[in-house]
Amino acid sequence: MSTAGTGTDADTGADAGAPERGTGPEAGTGPDGGTGPESGPGPESGPGAGPPGRPGLAITTSGLTKRFRGGQLAVDDLGLAVPRGSIYGFLGPNGSGKTTTIRMLLGLIYPTRGSVRLLGEPVPGAAARVLPRVGSLVEGPAFYPYLSGRANLARIDAADRTTDPRTAAARIDAALDRVGLLSAARKRYRAYSLGMKQRLAIATGLLRPRELIILDEPTNGLDPQGTREVRGLIREIATDGVTVLVSSHLLAEVEQICTHVGVMRTGRLVFQGTLDELRSRGSRRVVIRTTQPSEAAATLAALGLADIQPADGEVSAQLGDQSPERICRELVLAGVGVAGLATPRPNLEDLFVGLTGVGFDVDG
Amino acid sequence: MSTAEITAVPPAGRAGPADQPAGPPGAVPSWLRLLRSELRLVFRRLRNLALLVVLAALPVLLGIALRLATPRGGRGGDAGASFISQLAGNGVFLAFIAITLMIALVLPLAVAVVSGDSVAGEAGLGTLRYLLTVPAGRTRLLAAKYVAIVVFGLSACCVVVAAALATGAALFPVGPVTLLSGNTVPLGQGLLRVLFVTLYVAAAMAALGAIGLAVSTFTEHPIGAIATVLVLAVVSEIADNIPQFAVVHPYLPSHWWLFFDSLLRTPIAASDLLHGLLSFGVYAVIFCSIAWARFTSTDVTA
Repeated sequence: MSTAGTGTDADTGADAGAPERGTGPEAGTGPDGGTGPESGPGPESGPGAGPPGRPGLAITTSGLTKRFRGGQLAVDDLGLAVPRGSIYGFLGPNGSGKTTTIRMLLGLIYPTRGSVRLLGEPVPGAAARVLPRVGSLVEGPAFYPYLSGRANLARIDAADRTTDPRTAAARIDAALDRVGLLSAARKRYRAYSLGMKQRLAIATGLLRPRELIILDEPTNGLDPQGTREVRGLIREIATDGVTVLVSSHLLAEVEQICTHVGVMRTGRLVFQGTLDELRSRGSRRVVIRTTQPSEAAATLAALGLADIQPADGEVSAQLGDQSPERICRELVLAGVGVAGLATPRPNLEDLFVGLTGVGFDVDG
Repeated sequence: MSTAEITAVPPAGRAGPADQPAGPPGAVPSWLRLLRSELRLVFRRLRNLALLVVLAALPVLLGIALRLATPRGGRGGDAGASFISQLAGNGVFLAFIAITLMIALVLPLAVAVVSGDSVAGEAGLGTLRYLLTVPAGRTRLLAAKYVAIVVFGLSACCVVVAAALATGAALFPVGPVTLLSGNTVPLGQGLLRVLFVTLYVAAAMAALGAIGLAVSTFTEHPIGAIATVLVLAVVSEIADNIPQFAVVHPYLPSHWWLFFDSLLRTPIAASDLLHGLLSFGVYAVIFCSIAWARFTSTDVTA
């Protein structure tokens, strides 16, 4: 359970029923004596507006919709379900609404409609209570350029009313150590490389033990080496039983570490499930190597296969519900010489492009 | 983690106001931690320190210039009503002269820089989204920002007055202070009046800071916010000098800035001072409310 490696784990038991932590101080600190905003203007997000947070899910959204002023529909009726303990790849091309969704998950943007539950608690209603248990990196690193890495983390930690100031120095160094920045702790943020900046942003999520970590494009702009480092870091975080949601516009970057994926396209979720479910979604094809492609194509057509594509020295078609054995037999009976027959698994990248790309209509 | 498990460490700061949540006994309360972080951010920023240095340098330059212009030993016209003629007799008056000249532009500039930058600067850097997802709490963060602005404004006034007093003491005689009304008060009481003037002007700057805080919540561009605050201050001062606008004069944010000269007369015209303080209070409440309403209800997309 320890993500920051300090002795503060006692009250971060993973269940959602933990006693209320860090509530209260929101109200009454303002010069105007105002009340906390976290309970204020969030439209339609009160308890009961959404489904009760199911215990097995770290994140649920229901009918989540955001229409920006000016009418742009950024997120449309989104129903995320992120299982606890999963590494959830939140995928979609740039501009498909991933970042807007993540900002709504974290209470930075108020939804137009719909509700969000993090770890069973409504957001933004209970943001003050639940967000300390959530680490996040939103839309790239952002820090004070004139402060050192360590001072930047100290600033973030000082804003957290639920952490112990006396352990701050130790926790900050532990977080820096974990992302490999301890030797650069005194360097100004301005002098950091892009990879170091990205890692410092991840370190903010490690300042204290978390149950959920949300990383928005953590590998954006990194070289292959940096990407691999970040991927390793995510895997390591998740081995502690922490749920990780990681967004990316490149499937390849997260495919190796994800257990689940959600795919966004123009504000809508077009797929959600495990990677295997995504693979099985793709229709398998049959590929026949032969010297008589046109005759083979005719046989396949007679069998009722769809999307037959004759090429030089081979023919491919969608397998559908035909068995490869039957196809082979029919080909042989028709006098087609079969040099090879294969039914390759669809490439995930192709599936992903098919789900998100233009011109390929997918019912989602 | 629950702060309730924290045990004895002597508080590093002052006792908190009564409306604060009960923190862990003996540990630094979380609001104070955020405020300290905020103050550190303001007072360690090179640009803000440079502003304070300029604020300290101007009274020194002013003192030197006036020293060169004043005939040596001339105790010109005791009944004279102008600050400048009083200065020859007493260095303490340099504090009043400096404040009078600098409240027109330089002090508002310093407050505009810090207040305009407060929220817009964080939004521009993107650090705002990191603070809010901690979560710092929007109201809580805004309150810490405003307190830091007020503290900076007070510091700016103190720097001006301290530099002026030091320069005045070095270049001019110091002794019992002859007030604008012609009476003479002992040096101690004169310095007390200097303190009150400083606090009054700091209150005026706190009101301007509230305007800056509100403007700052409307943009992600700190320079734009700073310029807007400064323009508002200058427009207010200009309008205050156009007789045709006399009806609105008492309602202008800058109208009461110079009324601290009541403190330099006997008897002190308390009603003017109270009007001024009331005006500052009303401006502070209105603009803090605007800032709060805006900041707690908008989407943070920066």
